[in-house]
Amino acid sequence: MAAPPKDGKLAQWFHRRGWQDMIIGIPYLWLILFFLFPFCIVVAMSVATRTPTAPPFGFGGENPIINLAGYARLFHDTLYIRAFLTSIVNAAGATLLCLVVGYPMALGLTRVSKGSRNILLMLVILPFWTSFLLRVYAWMGLMAKNSWFNGLLTDAYNFLTPAAWAVKSIPMMHTNFAVVVVMLYTYLPFMILPLYANLERLDRTLDEAAMDLGSKPAQVFRDITLPQSIPGIIAGGLLVFIPAAGELVIPTLVGDASSPMIGRVISDEFTAASDWPMASSVAVALLLLMVGPMMVYTHYQSKAEGKAAEEQK
Amino acid sequence: MNRRPTFLITMLCFGFAFFYIPILSMMVYSFNASRLATVWGGFSTKWYVSLFSNRQVGEALWLSLRIALLSATCATILGTMAGIVLARFRRFKGRVVFSGLVTAPLIMPEVITGISSLMGFILMAQWIGWPASRGFTTVTLAHITFSMVFVTTIVQSRMLQADRAIEEAAMDLGSRPWQVMFDVTLPVISPAILSGWLLAFTISLDDVVITSFTTGPGSTTLPLLIWSKVKLGVTPDINALATLTVLIVGICVAIAGVMMNRAEKRRERDAQLAYRANE
Repeated sequence: MAAPPKDGKLAQWFHRRGWQDMIIGIPYLWLILFFLFPFCIVVAMSVATRTPTAPPFGFGGENPIINLAGYARLFHDTLYIRAFLTSIVNAAGATLLCLVVGYPMALGLTRVSKGSRNILLMLVILPFWTSFLLRVYAWMGLMAKNSWFNGLLTDAYNFLTPAAWAVKSIPMMHTNFAVVVVMLYTYLPFMILPLYANLERLDRTLDEAAMDLGSKPAQVFRDITLPQSIPGIIAGGLLVFIPAAGELVIPTLVGDASSPMIGRVISDEFTAASDWPMASSVAVALLLLMVGPMMVYTHYQSKAEGKAAEEQK
Repeated sequence: MNRRPTFLITMLCFGFAFFYIPILSMMVYSFNASRLATVWGGFSTKWYVSLFSNRQVGEALWLSLRIALLSATCATILGTMAGIVLARFRRFKGRVVFSGLVTAPLIMPEVITGISSLMGFILMAQWIGWPASRGFTTVTLAHITFSMVFVTTIVQSRMLQADRAIEEAAMDLGSRPWQVMFDVTLPVISPAILSGWLLAFTISLDDVVITSFTTGPGSTTLPLLIWSKVKLGVTPDINALATLTVLIVGICVAIAGVMMNRAEKRRERDAQLAYRANE
């Protein structure tokens, strides 16, 4: 090895460990300042007391240092319990529907020729690059009372049911049904892509072996493909469930205002009611509720990374 | 399996119909002459005319683009640093906290990121007088923070796949670690950095929730403008705006796809040539 040229003290420090400390330190500091610090404020705010000052909270002084009234209200006021239940039901419904629709699509993607597969994958990702807001908006147009789509569904409904039940239009907007449909629409790529990545890696010779031994296609699917795709199902399911449970845009635009989801409750408490401590209590509760799914997600994530690193060696 | 998977192909067709019918419907209705956005009243391009003559839309788009350019660039720099750290520096003090800080924003609900950033900015303004007012600066800072972790994820996974032998060779030949990073590592992961930048750019351009919390009076980005209109219901000029967005994004993605395909083919060909030359 060539002898390194003589350096000044500063340059020596820089080359030995300074450059490392810098590329660790800069993003570290940034995240502490703009992510961890605001997050700690939320946690602290959740035990503060609401006051009619600006900003609307108080610690100490005539206020108790730790005020758990917000958390107590979470259990007393049925608004919050109902909002949590609505969120979980909607998010779980959307996740299940995404799985039912996305799984056959992901499996279908592995069975088409390689050229068309790339184009189809691009078509799955394309809506993701267009605005999220506009994709929600597209469904507002479809579900509105006098749209062609609603008319079509209404005709089908009137045709299938007795005349006494006939309706002029199907009330779809501002219902939790609409929320689930739009969530299915906007989050479906999050289900398809991890599932596809998982299914694509499977060894197809196992399928052939099972077929040779007399399994029917449905049995092959149940005994071989499905068990091997569990990691993909978990990854896709969590990628849909976690953001869906905290969703704000979709319930605000197409949701039922009388049974709001938790994201909307947090936002309303914060802006409309300007009750920072209560909004923070609800936020902390939502995070606690999601710690379970998040830990499952990070566990699988790190496992997948470990696997990737191992394949590398 | 020799059987053609009819069921799967049918599901694919239905799935893509589900993906694209709402978008197509929106595009068709952008040429609707009727004021009622969901009832067809003849062909017209008047909503495009009203869109282009609306100064508010132009200003909002310009603001969104400036925020997205700046925040994507900063997020890429910070995110790449963090990605390199997580992929290469196996042991340092606070690694667990660091990787937690990088993962948490990915799964934090946007509403919570929104209210926490807003409270953070308000309290910082109270304590140290900065940022004095909310607007361009605060929105950009918030966008950098939550889009940098996406860059980190992309860069990190690319680095874990990259061949470390080249880096080790450069070290053996006397490069300093710092030089290795600039001369070897960064060029190797440059495609990942580029896709990270693109992702950060789109995330920033598309964000509603966090922007709506961190912005101030006078700083209305395009998504916020759409948001305030759409909350009141379906309006035909948003159909026109949506159509233009979908077309522009579609064309860009198609061009990027073709270019990536070509680059891939060229790389394969080069690899083959190099392999043959070795024989």
